[in-house]
Amino acid sequence: MSAMPTITYNFGYLDEQTKRMIRRAILKAIAIPGYQVPFASREMPMPYGWGTGGVQVTAAILGPDDILKVIDQGSDDTTNAVAIRSFFAATAGVRTTTRTKEATIIQTRHRVPETKLGPEQILVYQVPIPEPLRFLEPRETETRTLHALADYGLMHVKLYEDIARHGHIATTYAYPVMVAGRYVTDPSPIPKFDNPKLDDCPALQLFGAGREQRIYAIPPHTRVVSLDFEDHPFRVQRFDRPCALCGAEDVYLDEVILDDRGGRMFVCSDTDHCDQRRAAGHAGTMAPQGAPKGTSKP
Amino acid sequence: MYVAVKGGETAIRNAHALLAEARRGDPAVPEIGIDQIREQLALAVDRVMAEGSLFDRDLAALALKQARGDTIEAIFLLRALRTTLPRFGAALPVDTATMTLRRRISATFKDLPGGQLLGPTFDYTHRLLDPALATQTPAAPAPAAKATPKVSAKAASKAAGKAAPKPPMGETSTPAAPVPRVTDLLGDEKLIEPAPADTGAEPPDLTRTPLAFPADRATRLQNLARGDEGFLLALGYSTQRGYARTHPFVGEIRIGEVEVELFVEELGFAVPLGAVSVTECQMVNQFHGTAEAPPQFTRGYGLVFGQSERKAMSMALVDRAMRWEELGETLSAPAQDAEFVLSHSDNVQSTGFVEHLKLPHYVDFQAELGLVRLMRGAHAAASDALQDGDPE
Amino acid sequence: MASPPLAMGFADPARDAQRVFKALMSALARPGRKQRLAARLSPPPPLTPELAAVALTLLDFETAVWLDAPLAGAPAVSDFLRFHAAPRIIAAPHDADFALISDAARMPPFEVFAQGTPDYPDRATTLLVQVAKLATGALRLEGPGIAGRVGVSAAPLPDDFPARIAANAAGFPLGIDLFLIAPDAVVGLPRSVRLAEGN
Repeated sequence: MSAMPTITYNFGYLDEQTKRMIRRAILKAIAIPGYQVPFASREMPMPYGWGTGGVQVTAAILGPDDILKVIDQGSDDTTNAVAIRSFFAATAGVRTTTRTKEATIIQTRHRVPETKLGPEQILVYQVPIPEPLRFLEPRETETRTLHALADYGLMHVKLYEDIARHGHIATTYAYPVMVAGRYVTDPSPIPKFDNPKLDDCPALQLFGAGREQRIYAIPPHTRVVSLDFEDHPFRVQRFDRPCALCGAEDVYLDEVILDDRGGRMFVCSDTDHCDQRRAAGHAGTMAPQGAPKGTSKP
Repeated sequence: MYVAVKGGETAIRNAHALLAEARRGDPAVPEIGIDQIREQLALAVDRVMAEGSLFDRDLAALALKQARGDTIEAIFLLRALRTTLPRFGAALPVDTATMTLRRRISATFKDLPGGQLLGPTFDYTHRLLDPALATQTPAAPAPAAKATPKVSAKAASKAAGKAAPKPPMGETSTPAAPVPRVTDLLGDEKLIEPAPADTGAEPPDLTRTPLAFPADRATRLQNLARGDEGFLLALGYSTQRGYARTHPFVGEIRIGEVEVELFVEELGFAVPLGAVSVTECQMVNQFHGTAEAPPQFTRGYGLVFGQSERKAMSMALVDRAMRWEELGETLSAPAQDAEFVLSHSDNVQSTGFVEHLKLPHYVDFQAELGLVRLMRGAHAAASDALQDGDPE
Repeated sequence: MASPPLAMGFADPARDAQRVFKALMSALARPGRKQRLAARLSPPPPLTPELAAVALTLLDFETAVWLDAPLAGAPAVSDFLRFHAAPRIIAAPHDADFALISDAARMPPFEVFAQGTPDYPDRATTLLVQVAKLATGALRLEGPGIAGRVGVSAAPLPDDFPARIAANAAGFPLGIDLFLIAPDAVVGLPRSVRLAEGN
């Protein structure tokens, strides 16, 4: 048979030309907070819908001195987070961590860490559908005009219809926000519990949607307001009990089914936050004795 | 006692090992070679090259092997490599009028200059499983190139159970000689709209520029050429069933090899890079005329890597349907809606997003669970209140 | 006579470009705040090493670049850019993705550059401006990326620079974005920055 061509990859997988293209898009995204910048998204070695936008953004900003943390559903150990982390460890040789405080870049799917982020950190969100108006108006040509005119009546009508039907707004995740008073923006499918963390955040927040070919950004210390009404102010979810492992209150919890007799427990969705608290001596009602790190295998 | 689930890394490692084992199958069966896939599953290789947008038979065969025969997975593998390859420039437009033909048919004329050349087609085979293929036999010699049209035409008519027709003129044509395109023959009489003029403008590159709407025809064709065969087939079919009917005739389908040339600035002339196999379909569609312009047939165009008539024909149908605005027709069907078609044609994108539903979504589900419980609580309270208020 | 040897580009393209980009990104995300910018290049004058490093980080064959008179007047500068980045060097500032400006005091009015469109505000020119000095100073700014207010000063700049920034902000989301590039440091002034009260 004929000879196979030699296949080689660049630092961080992407070639330099692709990185430049993504970097130019990131700069425009930062300059126009909340506006979705089109970019020529590439095929990545993981499927569309599995974080290709976030991975391209991370690959374009990542340097040899960075320390990378990857979470999915708040956890470092979910399989897709593991796969993305090992991708960058292999292609860029960067150091990785599970500790929020140590990381310089945190790539996330569906959560914002509970630990307050600092000015030296960058949060990269994986975004499936970047257009907050998409489910109200499927056509890109239409939604683009609505953004150009800052015509967000459609969104307010939708939220108000919720109130009329259910007595309250029935959107629990991917809850739309207004960024810097101009663009209505999709915060990615984080639970609305996390929305307040986007406001006046000291860290730069970058959003990558690979399949939909969009990058957008929220610069540090930018006003981010969840849409609401005077008579129906925005409210986050509340849990009526603390984390069963670390006792944390005011955090987002995962519901774990323990048996088929209705047994349930609620634990931190942010696994690092839970680990750090337990290491510091906090314990919940179902904390295992003598295993404060919670790293043992089941 | 519950502890947070760990072990994602181990689970992934194990899954990779199991995949490698499943890919190999029974180790007692000899491992399949890339050369065997390239030579004997050539149409699968062609589809992977076409939708992977990369003409390299060995890499496509490798991708098919690695993907365990899953075409879309193989296309994805090829695309993920292609995207990292450096660009040296854009080739000159290929001239399909000069291609070396392996197959060339027209449905609009019984006979025409250059003839009808059946070539290697399933068209007139009886779809009966052939037990002879279940055993390994030495390959039978193929008919000589010059005799191909004759043999094929006779075999075809025989297979179709009809009396052999008058031998077509094609019998005397040598495949290597330039064969005029049917659309050029119609064009000489101005019976068909002219092909769009070559403006000399740099062609769009969808892999380097994000798709934006409205998309020009060059962009649409590029998108369709990479688009999923099944998706385009369904859309093309829908136009035949009345969803934006365009009265199509196959003006011509030609399959063969065409030279690719690159103009080198430093040399001041074009140098040949080699040949690629393509399938071209020129669809001749419903005439169109206005008060100013006399009636003319219109065009739908399809061009794909390798041998794939199904894809090239579907592409030509959908291309024509999407030209509704330019031709003064009304928008009434999905196949005409460029924004809909182009946004959903890419199978690497669509398979990724459909399959991403496998990923954990428990954080958002928890949010919905909380809301449904809340609403059920409110509903129950409201029903109770209603019952309490009922006079006994 | 043989032409003089071409100045070198990045020694380590992937890592050098990443470091420069990180400085640019931080500068734009925190307008008015100086970010360190190290450049180990010796480009032909009047291109400074820092502006050269920024150019090699952002420009390539997919970008159109406009050069101000002193840069356009130095063929060695165009040769350097073409060899290392291959941008399209164009004469019309309105079509430029990037504008390279060496004579900051005489930079053209912002309006001559692409401002973006209401549908695509990102299709606007980014100005890369060489300055001699950057410091915290009297130009008080606020907006996204700034906690409270920040003061910046740079020299040389046109006298009406504050008014230009104010007018640029007034057109948001349209407008140009600008980097002030000094030896060892860069400051970003995206279109989102506004003059604070009391300037």
